[in-house]
Amino acid sequence: MKVKSPLEIYKLLPGTNCGECGFDTCMSFAAHILDRSAKIEDCKPLIEQAKKNDKAAEKLKKLIEITAPEVDEVVIGKDLKIGGKEVLHRHELTFFNPTALFFDVCDTMDEKTIDERCSRVVEYKKFYVGKYLTLDGIAVRCTSNNPDQFAEVAKKVAGYGKPIILVSLNAECMEKALKAVGSDKPLIYAATPENWMDFLKLAKKYSVPVVVRSKDLNMLKSLAATFKAHKISVVLDPVTEPAGKGLQRTFERVIQIRRTAILGQDKDINCPIMVTPIAAWTVEGDDIGKMYWETVIAALFIVKYGDIMIIHSVEPHTIMPLVTLRENIYTDPRTPVQVEPGLKAINNPDKNSPVLITTNFALTYYTVESDLQSSGASGWLLVLDTEGLGVEVSVAGGQFAPEKVKQLMEETKIAEKVNHRYLVIPGLAARLQGALEDETGWKILVGPTDSGRLKAWLEQNWPPGSGVEVKQ
Amino acid sequence: MPEGKITLEDILKLLSKYEIKELEGVKIEGGDIEIEFEMGAYPNFQAIGMELGLAAYHLARVAMMLGFPVQQLFAQQQPAYPAQIPQVPTQLKEEEKIELIEKKFEPYRQEWSGYVEEVQLGATPKEGGTRKYTIKLGGEKSLPFYLFDAEQPHLPSISVDVFDRAVPLPKAIRTHYEDVMGHPDEWAKKVIKDFGADAVTIHLISTDPLLDDTPPHEAVKTVEEVLQAVKCPIIVGGSGNKEKDPVLLEKVAEVAEGERVLLASATLDTDWERVGRAAKEHGHCVLAWTQMDINSQRTLNRYLLKRIGLPRDSLVMDTTTAALGYGLDYAYTNMERARLAALKGDEDLAFPISSGTTNAWGAREAWMKESPLEGDYSWGMREHRGPLWEILTGLTLSLAGVDIFMMMHPVSVAVLKELIHTLGGKKKEVEYEDWITSEL
Ligand code: SF4
Repeated sequence: MKVKSPLEIYKLLPGTNCGECGFDTCMSFAAHILDRSAKIEDCKPLIEQAKKNDKAAEKLKKLIEITAPEVDEVVIGKDLKIGGKEVLHRHELTFFNPTALFFDVCDTMDEKTIDERCSRVVEYKKFYVGKYLTLDGIAVRCTSNNPDQFAEVAKKVAGYGKPIILVSLNAECMEKALKAVGSDKPLIYAATPENWMDFLKLAKKYSVPVVVRSKDLNMLKSLAATFKAHKISVVLDPVTEPAGKGLQRTFERVIQIRRTAILGQDKDINCPIMVTPIAAWTVEGDDIGKMYWETVIAALFIVKYGDIMIIHSVEPHTIMPLVTLRENIYTDPRTPVQVEPGLKAINNPDKNSPVLITTNFALTYYTVESDLQSSGASGWLLVLDTEGLGVEVSVAGGQFAPEKVKQLMEETKIAEKVNHRYLVIPGLAARLQGALEDETGWKILVGPTDSGRLKAWLEQNWPPGSGVEVKQ
Repeated sequence: MPEGKITLEDILKLLSKYEIKELEGVKIEGGDIEIEFEMGAYPNFQAIGMELGLAAYHLARVAMMLGFPVQQLFAQQQPAYPAQIPQVPTQLKEEEKIELIEKKFEPYRQEWSGYVEEVQLGATPKEGGTRKYTIKLGGEKSLPFYLFDAEQPHLPSISVDVFDRAVPLPKAIRTHYEDVMGHPDEWAKKVIKDFGADAVTIHLISTDPLLDDTPPHEAVKTVEEVLQAVKCPIIVGGSGNKEKDPVLLEKVAEVAEGERVLLASATLDTDWERVGRAAKEHGHCVLAWTQMDINSQRTLNRYLLKRIGLPRDSLVMDTTTAALGYGLDYAYTNMERARLAALKGDEDLAFPISSGTTNAWGAREAWMKESPLEGDYSWGMREHRGPLWEILTGLTLSLAGVDIFMMMHPVSVAVLKELIHTLGGKKKEVEYEDWITSEL
C-alpha cells in the first residue's frame, strides 16, 4: 500500500479510541491496517459517519485510496479473492491471497467425465499443519462453439458450488453462458484485441470480472486501462507459452508485469496475473510428459507471481505437490510456525500409556499428533521447544538437546503421570539415544523415522517386551 | 505415440537431412543408433520404465526443435482440433462510444551493484587435475533467470548422490541404483552416463562410527576410484560425524590434490578450520553449511575467508534445504534473502549456493504408499509423486538462487535440467496448439 507509517492512517480515523474495532486505540488499529491484519470496515464509527456527513465520507475515501494494495484485489464468485499483493519477495511482508487453482472441464466432455472432474475439485483435501488444503474452482471451456451447449454445461458446473471461470473467445457463447450463470459472478475469459469491445459490454452488463489476454504487453496494458476506465475488475493473461523459448518469454512477461506494477507503480497493469499451465497439454508428447510439465509450469508460477491458474490434470499426485507448494509460499513468514511446548494428552492416556517426544515445529507436531489420533492409540506427547525446528535439523543443530529434554520432563511432571520409565524418541533422533538415557535416567526407545508408522510400531513395541515391568 | 509407424531408418534419413549432428545437445555415436538428448524437451522416462516408443518420441522432439511440422507428420494421430471460431461481428448497438485507451508498457529497470563470486569445480590436466571438463558456479548479476536484467554466465548444475556403501533408499530411488549399490565407481559412471548428471557427490558414509567405522585413510580409496571411473568434477562428503568428518575431509584433500574437489562440508560446530586449511593447501573448494540462519552463514563464510584466507573463488554455501511441505518456505526465503543481499553488495554472502535437494525424499508424501490419515484424499501414484516432490523442491529453490543441486531420482534430474535450460535461454521455439478450444 501507499502509506508507510501508521500515523498517516491515524490522521484519518475518528480518534476517539472507542475500541469498537477490537483494538484499544485508533493508533493500534492503524498499525494493524498497515500490516493488513485489520480492515477499514472494522471501524464502524467511521463508516457510520461517512454515511451522514461529507467530510467523513471524504476521509473514508482517502483512507481506502491510500491503503489500497499495490496489486488490485479481484473477487470471483461469492468471496474468492485473488491478487492483492504488496511485495515482490515474501519476506518483505507476506504474499496475500494464495494462487487460486482452477481445473478445466469442456462442454464436449460426456456427463460422467464432467461429474468426475467437478467432484474431484469439490472433494479434494489434503491434511497439512492442522488444517486441510483444498482446491478453488472450475474453468468451463467452450469446445463445442455452440452457445446453448456451453450455457448448459456452465449451468451444470455452477451447481457444484465452486467459483467458475467461463472460457470462450466467442462473445455469443459467452453471453449465453452469462445469461445462465452470470449471477454467480464467474470470471470471464478472455477479452482479446479482436473481441474486447463485446467482452467489455458483457462484463459491464453482468458486472463480472474479466481476463484480458495478449502476449504484447503494450496491448495488454491498453486493454487493462480501457477495462479499468469502465470500472471493470481486470485479470491479466500475458499468454502462457508452454515450452522452449516461449516459456522463457512467458516467465519474462510475468516478472516484468509484477515488478513494474509494484516497483514501477504502474497503475494500469497492477492487476492479478493468470497463468495457464493447461497449455502444456498442447505440446507434442506423451501424457506423462505433459502431466509433469504442466505441474512444473504451475509450480514455477506459484512461486513467481501467478495469482490464478487453469490446470488440466486432476490426478492427486500432481495436485498434492502443488497445493503443498502454494501453502509453503503463502505461509505468513511473520508468524512463527511453532506450537506451545509442553505435554499433550492424546486419546485419554493413562499410567500405562507410552510417552513420546517430538519438536514444537508446527508441522512435525501436527503430523505426529494427527497420526497418533487417527491410529487410535493413546499416549503422552512431550513437545520440546526446538525453536520451531524439525527433528532432523534440531538434532544436528543442538536444539534437540538431552538437557532440554530432561528439563521438559521435570516441568511437565511426566514421571508422576506414568508407571513406567520409557521414552519413545523419533527415529531421526536415534543418535541421541545414549546421551538421553544418561541425562534422564529413563530407558530410551527409538521409534520409527516417520510417525505415519507409529501405529504399527506401537503395536509391536508397546508395552515394552519381556523383563519390563509396566506396573499396574 | 505413433509406435511402429516410423522406422529407425526413417529417423536416420531425417536426421541426416537436417544435419542433426551439429545440433546442440544431441549426440550420435558411431554406427550404433544411440540418440542421446541432453536437453530434450521432456525427461527420459525410460528411467521409470515407461514404454514410450522412444525412437519415435525422440524423432518427434528433434523434428520439432527444427521446426518440422510434427502435426502433419503424425496427422493420423492428432486429435481433430475444432476449426477456428468464426469472428462475431462487433456490433455497436449502444450509443456509448468505446475506444481503446492506447498505452505503452515501460518495464521497470532494476539494477544491482553486487554479483555472485564465480567458483570452478574440477580441474583439467592443464590446470593441474585430471578432469575432462570443469563446472563453473555463480557469476550472477541478477536474480535467477532474469536474463532480461543481465546475462547469467553459468546456469545451475546438477550433481547426483553416490554412497560408498549400501544405504536404505526409498523404493522409487532404490530401483535405479540396486545394480550399483556398494560399487561407488559403477554408481558414479551410471549417474553420468545414464542420468545426465554434471557432477557426482560421493558420500563417505561408511566412515560413520555407527556403521562400518571405516578409517579415513581407507575411505579415501573410494574417492580415488571414483576419480578414475568418471571424468567429471566431484564433491566429497562425510558421514555427518562431527569429530571424524574434518579428519576425513583433510585426507580427501590430500589424495585428490589439484582436482578442485568441493569438500562437504565445513560447519560452525565442527573443526571448520581444519577443512578450510586442507582446501586452501591442496587447491580445493569448501562447502560452508549452516542451518537456515543467514547470520551464521555470514559468520562461517567470514571465518573461512578471513581467518584461514580461503580464496573467494573457493567457497560455496549451503544454507540448508528443507523438503517441500517440511520447511521449504524457510529454505526458500533464506536463500532468496542471501542472494538479494549478495546482489545489493553484501560480500559475505556473495557466493554460489548449493542445495541438498535429495532431502525432498524425507517427506512422507514422496515415498509413502498412501496417506496414513483417514480424512485425506488419495495421495495418487507414488512413482510420480516422489519425483515430483524432488522436482518441485529443486525448482522452487532454483528461483531463490541455487547454483548446484544434489539430487537422486533420474526423472527429477532430467525435468529440473530441462527447466533450467528453458529459463536459461538454451531452448529453441517449440510448437504448441491453442488450449482454449482444444479438447485435449
Ligand atoms: S473503531 Fe475506529 S474510532 Fe474506535 S478505536 Fe477503532 S479505529 Fe478508533
